[in-house]
Amino acid sequence: MSPILDSIGSVKAYGWGSFVAVAPPAFESIATVSVGSGGQAYAEFTVIPSTYKHLQIRAIAKVVNNNAIAVNGLMQFNSDTGSNYARHLLDGNGSSASASGSSNQTSIVVCPFPDNNLSTLMFGSFVLDIPDYANTSKYKTIRSLSAYEMNNATYGAIRLYSGLWKNTNAITSIKIYGDGKNLDQYSSFALYGIKGVE
Amino acid sequence: MPTPTYNCIATRTVETAAATITIESIPATFTDLILIVQGTLSSGGTGSAEIRVNGDTGSNYSATQLDGGGSTAASYRDRNTTSSNIGILRSSEQSNSIFHFQNYANTTTYKTILARGNDGLGYIRAAVGLWRNTNAINSISIYNSSYTFAVGTTLSLYGIKAE
Repeated sequence: MSPILDSIGSVKAYGWGSFVAVAPPAFESIATVSVGSGGQAYAEFTVIPSTYKHLQIRAIAKVVNNNAIAVNGLMQFNSDTGSNYARHLLDGNGSSASASGSSNQTSIVVCPFPDNNLSTLMFGSFVLDIPDYANTSKYKTIRSLSAYEMNNATYGAIRLYSGLWKNTNAITSIKIYGDGKNLDQYSSFALYGIKGVE
Repeated sequence: MPTPTYNCIATRTVETAAATITIESIPATFTDLILIVQGTLSSGGTGSAEIRVNGDTGSNYSATQLDGGGSTAASYRDRNTTSSNIGILRSSEQSNSIFHFQNYANTTTYKTILARGNDGLGYIRAAVGLWRNTNAINSISIYNSSYTFAVGTTLSLYGIKAE
């Protein structure tokens, strides 16, 4: 007997005497926005294909010179600026835990973005999932694991966010921005797609 | 053109109980790393799967934790520590911790690590760690100052590359 070796995409399949099918990788990089020198007002993913089952965004970010320690990192879908969002938060600030939420908002919150006055080297960070983003029979919900850590007695937080967009349209674009402040250099936002069974 | 990613870089299974387990020679070719730790501590152990990187044992780490103990929630912070206390492992029940090392290979930012920990006793944690160094991360250790990681504990390291 000799092994059969074949390849599907980047995945190799091994078998003895028969072909063993292996599904191609289900996690794909779609696009990345990297903020350059001088900063920019927002990061946006446009023309998101509806061919995936779920989306994930992985990012580091901070904002320019707001003198406010940190601002909310916000997200809108499909250029919808109406009061069609709800958001909830479970927060650990280093000394206590708290929860809060609000409805009829014009955006959801995804992460605290620290101020570059605190440090030019420390960034907020988040991993955000958007399940079933292309489904046209459901409102869209997101979850985010996010934080900023500064080695500071007062400033820093670990946060779990959820968000709701009250719209059944497939998500085709995503805008991310700091609340009233520009994104700073080296902020980076990467969008990934996760496939379902075809 | 979308590009497949999420590649397994290394796996480790503890065969002899050890206080530190290290994955070395991590390539700089990915954007993020994900480390999944599943297992237990030695008898009587309760607490942490702490993170060290690049063999740095200096006081260059900090962390903020959000813990849920089944009936109460609390938050803590550690500063200027010699490891980042952000994971969970127990001795009496299987536990897991998943760590996200964001933009681990860039040389322009300090490195932030997001973590989620869960144990079979009903304890849950979300946490963030900071390593105050701009070097690319090329090795990762999980560490506990009081107990050893029990035989059978596993580590799996994955890389994700953004295009």
